[in-house]
Amino acid sequence: MRSCAESFSEYALRALGRDYGANLLPRGLDITLCDQLFLIGGGLIWNVYFACLALVIGFGLAVVVAVARFSENPFLSRPAGAFIFIFRGSPLFIQFFFFYSAFVLLPRAGIDIPLGFLTLTVNTSALTTAQVGGVIVLVLNTTAYSAELFVGALRAIPKGDLEAADAYGMSGFTKFRRVVFPSMLRLAWPSYTNEAIFLTHSTTLVFLSAFPARQQSGEAFYYARYFVDQTFNPFVAYPIVAAYFILLTLAIIGLFGLANRRLNRHLPKVQRPRLRFRPTYIR
Amino acid sequence: MFSFCTDPSILPDWQWFACYLTNATHLQFYRAFGVVIVLLAITAPAALGMGLLGALALRSRIWPLNWLGQGYVNIVRGVPDIVFFLFVPIALGQGIEWVMHQIHCPDWDQPIRQGNDFIVCREAKVPPVNAPAWVRDIYAFGMAVTAFALVFGAFVANTLYGAMQAVPKAQIETAEAYGMTRRQAFRRIVLPQMWVYALPGLSNIWQILIKATPLLFLLGIQDIVYWARELGGQKTSLFAYPHPDWRMWYFLGLLCFYLFLTWASERAFARLNTRLSRGQATAAGERMRKAAAA
Repeated sequence: MRSCAESFSEYALRALGRDYGANLLPRGLDITLCDQLFLIGGGLIWNVYFACLALVIGFGLAVVVAVARFSENPFLSRPAGAFIFIFRGSPLFIQFFFFYSAFVLLPRAGIDIPLGFLTLTVNTSALTTAQVGGVIVLVLNTTAYSAELFVGALRAIPKGDLEAADAYGMSGFTKFRRVVFPSMLRLAWPSYTNEAIFLTHSTTLVFLSAFPARQQSGEAFYYARYFVDQTFNPFVAYPIVAAYFILLTLAIIGLFGLANRRLNRHLPKVQRPRLRFRPTYIR
Repeated sequence: MFSFCTDPSILPDWQWFACYLTNATHLQFYRAFGVVIVLLAITAPAALGMGLLGALALRSRIWPLNWLGQGYVNIVRGVPDIVFFLFVPIALGQGIEWVMHQIHCPDWDQPIRQGNDFIVCREAKVPPVNAPAWVRDIYAFGMAVTAFALVFGAFVANTLYGAMQAVPKAQIETAEAYGMTRRQAFRRIVLPQMWVYALPGLSNIWQILIKATPLLFLLGIQDIVYWARELGGQKTSLFAYPHPDWRMWYFLGLLCFYLFLTWASERAFARLNTRLSRGQATAAGERMRKAAAA
C-alpha cells in the first residue's frame, strides 16, 4: 500500500502527463482513497484550463456576435442568428463528436493558408487533441450561449442611457465603449455567471466524447470514471468529483461576484443586482 | 431492401446509396432515433411527476419532508448532471441487488464487496442470470430513464415551486374566504393556474432534456451516437459497402436531427403558451381579452 504522501507525489500532477508522476495509473486492488483524491483533484487542472480558455476567448467573440445579431443590417444579424441557433440548438456532446471527426479528416501535414506576404501553416494534428480541438468546440459553444445573453442585455439597455450618450455627442465606437458595452455587461453579468458555471460543468464532457486522453492525462471526471470502472464502486469516486465541482462552482461565484460588485459600483447599494446560485444546465 | 441490391459493388451511385442506406444496420440506426423519442416521451412525464412531488415537498410545512425536498433539489442542481447520469444507474443497480440479496440469501456469510468485486448470490441478480437479451435491454433503458427522471425532476421541482408561488395570493385568499380548505384551494385554484407561470421554465428544461439524450451512449445503450460511430467508421473492402471515414456526415445528420427537434418544440411551446394564457390574469391573457373584445 502506498502512503498518502507517496500517492501525492505520484498522482497529484499525473494529469499533466507521464513526465509529472507515475508511469501508470493505480489499478484494481492497489487503489487507495488518497490516490482517488489526488488524481481526481489533479485532473481539475484541465477543467480549469478548458473553462478559462473557452471563457476568455468566447467572451470576446460573444460580444462581436451579439453586436452583429443586434444590428439592423440583415447581412450581419442573420448569420449571427444562425450561428447562435446551431450551437444552442444542438447538444454539446454531438458537437464534440462532429468536430472531432471533421478534424480527423484534415490532412496530417497541416494546411498552408497563403496570406500574400507570408504563409500560415495550420497545425492540423493539434486540432485532434482535446487541448486544442476541444477548446475550439467549447469556445464556439460558449460564444453562442453568451451571445444570446448579451443580445438580451443589449435589448434591455435603458433608452435614457443611449439618449444621454447622444446628448454628449458620442457616436460609433466611443458610444459603444463608454455606454453600451458597460451597460450590457452589467445587465448580463448575473446570467453570464451562470453560463460560466455551466461551461465549467460541461468541461467534463471533453474526454467522454471523441477526443482521446493521451497518456491517460484527462480531467477530473475522466479519472472518476476510470476509478469506478476499476473498483466497481460508484460511492467513492463520484462523490469526490462532485465535491470538487461544488468547490469550483463556489470559486466561480466568488470571482464573478467580485466583478459584479465592480460593475455595479456606481449604483446605490439597494439597487445592486445580487448573483443567484442557479447552476446545472446541460449543453 | 430493393431487388437490385444483391451485388452492391457493381451498382451505379444512386442505387448503391439506396441499398447502403436501407441495409440491416441502417434500419437499426433509424430505430435508435425512435429510442430517443421514446426516452423523451417516457422521461418527460416521469420528470414532471418527480418535479410535482419535489415541489409539494418544498411547499410542505412538515419539516422532514421540506428538508428532503430542499436536499434533493439543491444537491442535484449543484453537481454536474453527467455525474448523476453515470452514478444513478450503477448505484441503483447495486442497491437493488443488495436488497434482493438480503431477501433471498439471508444466510450468506461472505461480504458483498470483496476487494473490487460486488458479489451477490445467484438468486439476487437483477435482471436474472438467464434473462433473455431484450429483458437486459429494457432493464438498462429503465435505469437510464430513472436517472434522467431524477435529475430533471429536480429542475422541474424548482420551476413548479416558483410557479406555485407566482399564482396571485389574492386568488388563494378569495378561495379561503369562500370556505375552502388549504388543500381544496391548492387543488382548485393553484394547480390549474400555475402552468402558465411554469411554462417558460418547463420549455427551457424540455430543451435541455432533448440535448441530454445523447448521453444515453455513455450508459452503454446502443443509441444514435453508438450507431453513428459504428456506421460512419471506415469500412474496408471486406464489407459489403466499403467507404472511407464518414463519421463527420453521420454526426452532421445527428446535429440536424437535434436542431429540428429543438426548433419544432420551440414552436410547439409558443402555441401552448398562447393556449394557456387564455383568460389568465397576465399581460398576455389581458392582450388576448382585449383583442377578442375589439
